[in-house]
Amino acid sequence: MADALTGTGLTMLALLLPFVGALLAPLAVRAFGGAAAWVLALLPLGAFAILSRHLGAVSEGQALTAGFDWIPSLGVRFSILIDGLSLTFALLVTGIGALIVLYAGGYLKGHPHLGRFLSFLFLFMGAMLGLVLSDSFLMLFVYWELTSIASFLLIGFDHTRTAARRAALQALVVTGAGGLLLLAGLLVIQAITGVSELSALAAMGSVLRDSPLYLAALLLVLGGAFTKSAQFPFHVWLPNAMEAPTPVSAYLHSATMVKAGVYLLMRLNPVMGQTPEWQMLLPLFGGVTLLAGALMALAETDLKRMLAYTTMASLGLLVLLTGLGTPHAVEAAVLYLVAHSLFKGTLFMVAGIIDHEAGTRDVTRLGGLGRAMPITFVAGGLAALSMMGLPPAFGFLAKEKTYYALTGGGLFVTILLVVVIIGNALMGAVGLLVGVRPFIGAPVKTPKHAHEGPPLLWLGPLLLAVKGVAIAIAAAVTHQMMTTPMASAVAGEARPVTISLLPHLGLPLLLSLVTVALAIAMFLTATRLRAAITSPMDALGWGPDRGFDQMIAGVLRFASALTRRLQPGRLDAYMTAGFVLLAALLLLTPALNGEWPNAPVFPADIPWDELAIFAIALCGLIAVVLAPNRLTAIVSLGIQGFAVAVIFLLYGAPDLAFTQFMIETLSVVILALVMTRLDLSPSDHRPLRQLLPDAALAGLVGFGFTIVLLKVTSVPFDPALSTFFAQFSKTIAHGANIVNVIIVDFRGTDTLGEIAVVMATGLAVLALLRLRGGSERRLADNDPDAAEAVETAPLQGRGV
Amino acid sequence: MSTLIFRTVAPFLTALMLLFSVFVLLRGHNEPGGGFIGGLIAVSALAIYGIAFGVAAMRRAIVLHPLTIAGIGLVASTLAGLVSLAAGVPFMTGLWIEPSFAGVTVPLSTVTLFDIGVYLVVIGGIGSIAMTLEEEGDL
Repeated sequence: MADALTGTGLTMLALLLPFVGALLAPLAVRAFGGAAAWVLALLPLGAFAILSRHLGAVSEGQALTAGFDWIPSLGVRFSILIDGLSLTFALLVTGIGALIVLYAGGYLKGHPHLGRFLSFLFLFMGAMLGLVLSDSFLMLFVYWELTSIASFLLIGFDHTRTAARRAALQALVVTGAGGLLLLAGLLVIQAITGVSELSALAAMGSVLRDSPLYLAALLLVLGGAFTKSAQFPFHVWLPNAMEAPTPVSAYLHSATMVKAGVYLLMRLNPVMGQTPEWQMLLPLFGGVTLLAGALMALAETDLKRMLAYTTMASLGLLVLLTGLGTPHAVEAAVLYLVAHSLFKGTLFMVAGIIDHEAGTRDVTRLGGLGRAMPITFVAGGLAALSMMGLPPAFGFLAKEKTYYALTGGGLFVTILLVVVIIGNALMGAVGLLVGVRPFIGAPVKTPKHAHEGPPLLWLGPLLLAVKGVAIAIAAAVTHQMMTTPMASAVAGEARPVTISLLPHLGLPLLLSLVTVALAIAMFLTATRLRAAITSPMDALGWGPDRGFDQMIAGVLRFASALTRRLQPGRLDAYMTAGFVLLAALLLLTPALNGEWPNAPVFPADIPWDELAIFAIALCGLIAVVLAPNRLTAIVSLGIQGFAVAVIFLLYGAPDLAFTQFMIETLSVVILALVMTRLDLSPSDHRPLRQLLPDAALAGLVGFGFTIVLLKVTSVPFDPALSTFFAQFSKTIAHGANIVNVIIVDFRGTDTLGEIAVVMATGLAVLALLRLRGGSERRLADNDPDAAEAVETAPLQGRGV
Repeated sequence: MSTLIFRTVAPFLTALMLLFSVFVLLRGHNEPGGGFIGGLIAVSALAIYGIAFGVAAMRRAIVLHPLTIAGIGLVASTLAGLVSLAAGVPFMTGLWIEPSFAGVTVPLSTVTLFDIGVYLVVIGGIGSIAMTLEEEGDL
């Protein structure tokens, strides 16, 4: 099914162009100011042109793939897939992107951080373009998360405001978590089918659908798609994302990013769709989202928030139609997706222009702007037309198809039909409120004296709005180049779209008329309807938005409680825990496996000198335990250590003995120094009830090590390594001292790591001890005797 | 601790031990010794000097900050590994040259450089810990 792509290099360049823009934007803005937008818009335009070259092949029903190995050891490829679905999305992303760059240049003209803003915008554009063109699962996921990050940066662009920061974080948490679900879902799909590329997945549909893990994969993927595409109840972040500057809302939160979830569902429809679960879950969530979004849209008075809620409603409609999956439903979803991207992008930009020029976005404080802003009015009017589904706008085709898809079905479909009619009517009313209401009626005094914005501002919305009509008038071309290939890709089989602006008498047209009539009625009674919707919502008081805050607060409370529990800050508690674990490990392993060592046999004829050394070691140990103060104990530990070193020496390990001597010496010195720093009382006065458990623990650990050593030495010695080193240390590494040769040559890289650790430890100790201001007190806090030590021996003032 | 006898003997002891540490370092490839042990001996030498004359005197005596010494050591060891890379063999492969100076053949190798690096890191790292602790202790 998939054909090799021609001109791979150029297409890869198209993927790269937005990221080039992200790098160049700050420089360009520094050089040309707001006019830099004209130059920068050439980049997405270039990508648009490059991608358009594939229209011919794709309109013939081809799916093109290309790529190269990315991480060969994991079998991950960097591969792209261009078919009707991804190409339409890619053209929307780059085409609208170019217009948005222009619009942003006008909207944020003179803003000190315009360069940064455009950079983020390009970053998003690159991520979104990569997302829709990705063929490999991993690439899809990486770009998916990159859009979340870019969205976070853009929503939080105005980072001095708390609301913007909260909205940014909320969007990141919700969509980021969804991204992780998606990753899990994709991995499950990969495990079921054994393929890791979307193009290869096409042939695996029945394998996937018949797998017992199908439902798990579906739910995980839906988790990703529903969070990204703002389905109820994960929609909370979308209205809050309106904190972002308007170009962001017009681009990310209407035309592109929020459609990523729908894209994913459409992409998976041929392989995961047409199952009872799919046809139940998607229309259910979509329907609820449609109704809730449309109702809340009417309840708002802020133009942008109204649009945000209608976007949510539109996404619900798209999910609903994708879920139904019938031929008409797929066509309707495709048509509506294209129409929505055009009219919603336009309306957002219109709302932005009104805000920019009139100084308010409150629909109740706007009116009669049509005379002052004729071009904006034209753009808004055309977009509203499309949103209402009236000819000659493209939205008309989409709505006709929607009603075709929803008539003549069973009870479930009929319920959906009613939901869609109400939702469409509500959205139509909001379309009129945003696109037409501010421009008609008696002029209302606005905070700023309204006048038409500069070309940078109105060019984008006007072009989009006109395009929304043009592609409807030239429907035959549109279908051939765009909607038919896209619908075919979504359906997984050839699906020619033929609908045109000519009226088709029948039930769908009647339903359209009903919808428009309802919409106009709602528009006229908007104020009363708004009150009717808001009062029960105010009465309820709780919503998913509050729920999000409560969830975050709950997570933080849990985390800090857990941290307090696990990290009480008492060194003795940590050490006890560590030693208990060690003892358990050493003793439980042989106990559970039943592998205790045999009792050791003491040789009868130990030379007296060796016996003497053992005696010294034993004396050292007894002295440690009985020592009246800590310093004596430390020195006594040194005695024991030296004795062990002598034993090493006697048994032919001079290097080991040598090292042991030095380590023991330095340990005593450093431990003694630490003791003086810790302000411990000179001797140990733990009560017996603390001493006994500690002693028992120490005994257990010692016993455990004895067991392990006895067991290890009872296993026959495997001389393979010793033989190897003895044989080759001279010939390969030019050294007779095997130990040293191992350290510096055979296992030199290990040593390099170890000395890096020594260095890091030195740095860490320096940093810890140099902490000023009450550091002595803090160190003393770890000491169980500290309270009394502080009382009996007040801290001496010490210089730096 | 700073008795007259100790203070008189300490510089000689330190000098001898430092000399010995270098000896141990260099002979390490064939006899017991090496960078790690040599470094530990050198640190002990410094510790003796520090206990006798104080940390400030010790810091003056070694001129560089101990962590600078450790850093130089780490760089030297890494370089020793990288030389092999430049010569087209895997990282950390030992390379040997045996030039003769006035009739005496001296085997030189990246391995020796590596071991010197270990020696310096141990002096610097452990020395820094000891000095930082000793700076405010009254041992």
